[in-house]
Amino acid sequence: MNFPNDVKYTKTHEWVRFEDETTARIGITDYAQDQLGDLVFVNLPAEGDQLVCGDAFADVESVKAVSDVNAPVSGTVDEVNEALLDAPEMMNEAPYDAWFVLVSGITDTDELMEAEEYEAYIETL
Amino acid sequence: MKLIFEKSIPGRHTDFLPALDVPEVSEDFARRIEPLRLPELSEVQIDRHYTELAGRTRGVNGGFYPLGSCTMKYNPALNERVASLPGFTDIHPLQDDADVQGCLEVMKKTEEYLAEITGMDAVSLQPAAGAHGEFTGLLLIRAYHRSRGDEGRTKIIVPDSAHGTNPASAVMAGFEVVNIPSDAQGYVDLAALKAAVGPDTAGLMLTNPNTVGLFDPNIEEITRIVHEAGGLNYYDGANLNAVMGIVRPGDMGFDVVHVNLHKTFSTPHGGGGPGSGPSGCKAFLAPFLPGLRVTDEDGTLHSGKADNSIGDMRSFRGNFLVIVKALAYILSIGREGVKETAENAVLNANYMMRRLSDVFDMAYDSTCMHEFVMTLERLKDETGVSALDFAKALTDCGIHPPTMYFPLIVHEALMVEPTETEPKETLDAAVEIFRKVMEEAYEKPEEMHLKPLTTVIRRPDEVKAARKPVVRYDYPGSV
Amino acid sequence: MGIYVPNTPEEQLAMLHACGFSDFDELFSGIPDGLRLDKALNIPEGSSELEVRRAVEALAGKNHVYRTVLRGAGSYRHYIPAIVSEIVSKEEFRTAYTPYQAEISQGVLQSIFEFQTEICELTGMAAANASVYDGATAAAEAAQMCRERKRTQVLVSATVDPKILSVIRTYASGTGSEILTVPEKDGVTDEEALRGMLGEGSACFILQQPNFFGNFEEADRLGEITHAAGAKFVMSVNPIALALMKTPGECSADVAVGEGEPLGLPMGFGGPYLGFMAADEKMMRKLPGRIVGETEDLDGKRCYVLTLQAREQHIRREKAGSNICSNEALCALTAAVYLAAMGPQGLRQAAESSMAKAHYLKERLAEAGLKPAYERPFFHEFVTECGDEETAVKIEKALAREDILGGLRLGNGRVLWCATEMNTREELDKAVSIVREVCAS
Repeated sequence: MNFPNDVKYTKTHEWVRFEDETTARIGITDYAQDQLGDLVFVNLPAEGDQLVCGDAFADVESVKAVSDVNAPVSGTVDEVNEALLDAPEMMNEAPYDAWFVLVSGITDTDELMEAEEYEAYIETL
Repeated sequence: MKLIFEKSIPGRHTDFLPALDVPEVSEDFARRIEPLRLPELSEVQIDRHYTELAGRTRGVNGGFYPLGSCTMKYNPALNERVASLPGFTDIHPLQDDADVQGCLEVMKKTEEYLAEITGMDAVSLQPAAGAHGEFTGLLLIRAYHRSRGDEGRTKIIVPDSAHGTNPASAVMAGFEVVNIPSDAQGYVDLAALKAAVGPDTAGLMLTNPNTVGLFDPNIEEITRIVHEAGGLNYYDGANLNAVMGIVRPGDMGFDVVHVNLHKTFSTPHGGGGPGSGPSGCKAFLAPFLPGLRVTDEDGTLHSGKADNSIGDMRSFRGNFLVIVKALAYILSIGREGVKETAENAVLNANYMMRRLSDVFDMAYDSTCMHEFVMTLERLKDETGVSALDFAKALTDCGIHPPTMYFPLIVHEALMVEPTETEPKETLDAAVEIFRKVMEEAYEKPEEMHLKPLTTVIRRPDEVKAARKPVVRYDYPGSV
Repeated sequence: MGIYVPNTPEEQLAMLHACGFSDFDELFSGIPDGLRLDKALNIPEGSSELEVRRAVEALAGKNHVYRTVLRGAGSYRHYIPAIVSEIVSKEEFRTAYTPYQAEISQGVLQSIFEFQTEICELTGMAAANASVYDGATAAAEAAQMCRERKRTQVLVSATVDPKILSVIRTYASGTGSEILTVPEKDGVTDEEALRGMLGEGSACFILQQPNFFGNFEEADRLGEITHAAGAKFVMSVNPIALALMKTPGECSADVAVGEGEPLGLPMGFGGPYLGFMAADEKMMRKLPGRIVGETEDLDGKRCYVLTLQAREQHIRREKAGSNICSNEALCALTAAVYLAAMGPQGLRQAAESSMAKAHYLKERLAEAGLKPAYERPFFHEFVTECGDEETAVKIEKALAREDILGGLRLGNGRVLWCATEMNTREELDKAVSIVREVCAS
């Protein structure tokens, strides 16, 4: 299992990679993709949508299941990664490259965890 | 095997229609640009193509089909025969009532019999399938509350063990879904129900026997709790086969039901449809029923809209030819047969469960109704063989797999519903096969992941199918 | 009676005993006593097969089967080649369950894949589903597909079959989508009215082609107007007419739907029928219901499975776009066999012949005194006017006496007629001469 240090984590297994203080890319963790199995599709929000920390903003589909992806922070969607629509396997193969959205105006970052913290949390599951 | 398009040879055809006996027309309208591509084959090729496809399909007559929650009973030959009478097939749906007294009588009788069996006062045959019946029933509930000015009832309570159609139908009907947990026996958790009901409760949707095959003994209290909170009770008739003639939804406190003619009333599943999902209700909801209602005025049948109808659920009157089959079935088995059907459906399930229970872990250790749920969790833990592997191995032994991974609240679930139309020797033979496969699973667990081996294809790659969907044949050279 | 339970009473008793029950009462002891029915159901006693057959045949005998049918309005009498019912009645197709177990369901799956392809070819669209209940529910589901957060309004042309409009309304009553009817002008959609009604809240515009009155609409122009306002364009089409007319794909429709009954299904007093749905690439994942896809098995062999299942109710539950589960698979198979049997040439012939007969009938009726309501291109249905409803009723009755089912009365003396390849010139001439007599009297 991979826990890179350049991103922050949530208990619901999303990662956040900050580009500056209020702008970041968001995706799902290696642990999440491993638990979900082969992912076949992702439903992404639209540009301009507001993310509310803790609320579902996307969902990922495997063959026989669908799982919500929660917003790790609040903010505005500036860009969505449409490449995932054509290559959903990216989420399994390179979860930390497979960003879902680029979000700006970020607030509500208090709950985010560092890699070590997240790894320790995973151990408890 | 080749697709029909790959067998096509330009110019091959059969003449089905005579030459034109009126002048050709040269109308000025926008014509299609791309030439129409359809298979071009001789009749014998078409016949052989579909005969080969039939050979790659498992029907009910091909062997034991114990698919839980689907009621795959035998589909009587007589039903097919009478549903193909020209006096039914060649009737235009917009003929005058006077021309279609026979069709209207088919509907009237079927409505009456279904009302009697379910303990309801009125039935609409318009819904085309179970989920369509759910949607209809929920719109009745909504219309009822609104007619009383009770606009705040926006929530439908659904147990977590429910079929997926229940919450999906509730949302289509404009409700918010409140999921409540089931207890260890799969029964409704009364405390959770009491906590969930309130002035915003529009109703409760329930299957009884429930989706794990058990009759909820608290049913009267459940429906009372909902009624006292001002909500209505919806009965999902998916499992009616277990109790018809023995207990009626109407007597359990339900206000609205749907039944599945393609389950309980022996009409065939057709590879996924057409079914028929009549909606039944108590008298106070009848003014809201959809479509045309049939009434008897001095021996002549008439059609008309109900006073406060929710509208039309589909064109015309419903899947009429399916309804003819169900009527033939009810007339055949009659009042004694209805009860005998339920009795034997439940007996066959209990007999099989009893004969398997020394080797298989039953999810619930009590008398089941028409189906029972086994959990293969122990097998999975000990050998890595999953319920899926086990089910696929049964395929190699000529048995259609039971329902897998449903209900969701049981791990490694296999749900077995033998139905009443299976003779004892089929059940005995199936029991031996189940036991033999279990032995095999412990002896050679790794081989189980590769099953089935005797079918025309092996396990398909479903991930590939979903990631890069190919949902049509592409003609060579097309973009 | 009870003929479908194979075990004898003695066997049943032995099985009860093997399970530790003395009788059926004990088997059902889990059901509270007070709830159990204490009387026999008030339905007839069971009957032998011969009795049931006679009883149901007697019911069929009370219906009138017309030798000549000149009525359509959503249900059409076309020729059904003998091979169609021969194949569709095969036990495997008829009785199989939904093909969730791909290894033992390749036949059903492949047949649906072929059906989807044929629907794509007919409509000119990229993807089709495995069917929904009928043409009206297909249109209602299409409206739902086009709904977006800020676009919830559904525009429907007044030239759409009123039965379809009614079902769209019922479906929308749940979710609260607003339904607006775009007025008709001279038998087709009023373009200017459409332009004025479309707005930022419009999800889609639904057009029927040919429309309820049989007239061809200017579909591509209406599609352009719709798209210019940012709404989706939905076309409800007659599948036989698709052999000739510009396809929804060619009219840049986003979703194409229709009633598949003309493709080999009997009129059957209204069902079972077949709703078909096709979409462009972008809308594919919004299609409701089952979809079959191609893939490979463990050995790399081409095969078919139900796919994109995570859209559906059994996985997505309350978040699913539709609740549909059972569809009309056997009717889809019927349509597939019909299309294979007819082939491109046969389907074109059915379409051209229907169109030619309808045009012949319209002209002859006009000569006989029944004025056409519209003078514009039409397919196989058209409207006549005779001024008053009384005359229309007289015409209908006079035709019925000669075993002809006349056109559908729309009120105010307007009648919607239909002709297909099933009507011979002789039949049409006879109908015309009856109408002439009524008009002359």
